[in-house]
Amino acid sequence: MFPAIFTFLVLFTAVCAAGVIVCRNTVNAAMCLLLCLVGVAGLFVCLEAYLLAFLLLLVYAGAVVTLFLFIVMLIDVRGGAPRARNPLATVAGIIAAALVVGGLASFWVRGHLAAPAASATPALGASLKAYAYPLFTAYLLPVQVLGFLLLVAMIGVVVLSRKPDPGPKP
Amino acid sequence: MIPATLNVYVGLSALLFAVGLLGVLLRRNTLVIYMCLELMLVASTLAFVAFSRFNGSMDGNVFVFFILTVAAAEVAAGLAIIVALFRKRLTVQVDQLDGLKH
Repeated sequence: MFPAIFTFLVLFTAVCAAGVIVCRNTVNAAMCLLLCLVGVAGLFVCLEAYLLAFLLLLVYAGAVVTLFLFIVMLIDVRGGAPRARNPLATVAGIIAAALVVGGLASFWVRGHLAAPAASATPALGASLKAYAYPLFTAYLLPVQVLGFLLLVAMIGVVVLSRKPDPGPKP
Repeated sequence: MIPATLNVYVGLSALLFAVGLLGVLLRRNTLVIYMCLELMLVASTLAFVAFSRFNGSMDGNVFVFFILTVAAAEVAAGLAIIVALFRKRLTVQVDQLDGLKH
């Protein structure tokens, strides 16, 4: 049962990720991203990181993709007739694609990471205490910095999305 | 059937990252480019969690927390910038946003 589910999740995630860049319509691309994130959350469950799977669904699928869809509806994404592709950009894209495919192929052919089977190592990520303890001891400073980062981002977004100031009154 | 080994997880992570990179290079809609950036971030989290699971360590899992938080803040700020850009230039196609070139 587990191998079948795992195989399905891997293929599903890969196909949906490809859909993000293949779909012409931006809403379809966002939906493909959503499905891809659900697949990754399923893989997290396979890795016994239940909390992270839940957080991924909550933060990414719940908040980020919804924000994307809001913005897609807010602004007109078609924005005029499509223009001809820059030939230089096409060549650069083909070269980049070749490099990426070559790197992946070499990984599949020669890259064998020596790791014990999953059953041989304890699943630390399955318990909540294992997350809370490092977050409040070794990683306390990064947590505080992240809180400050969220505050700065919030203020920045409020400032960015204000209507432009009409200028000082005479 | 695909075996659930570390190789498969890391390979899928590399594949997702590569797809995101290709999307950033090939697509011209700023919103889709941004989605591909998110895809690359998720690919890195998948590698983190897989390495953490197979090495019996907790550090990778904790790091994913930080990546998720930074990604959320980044999306909020980035989409606000895109909306501000759209208000000013009335387009989100990157090949029409060439004000610095001329």
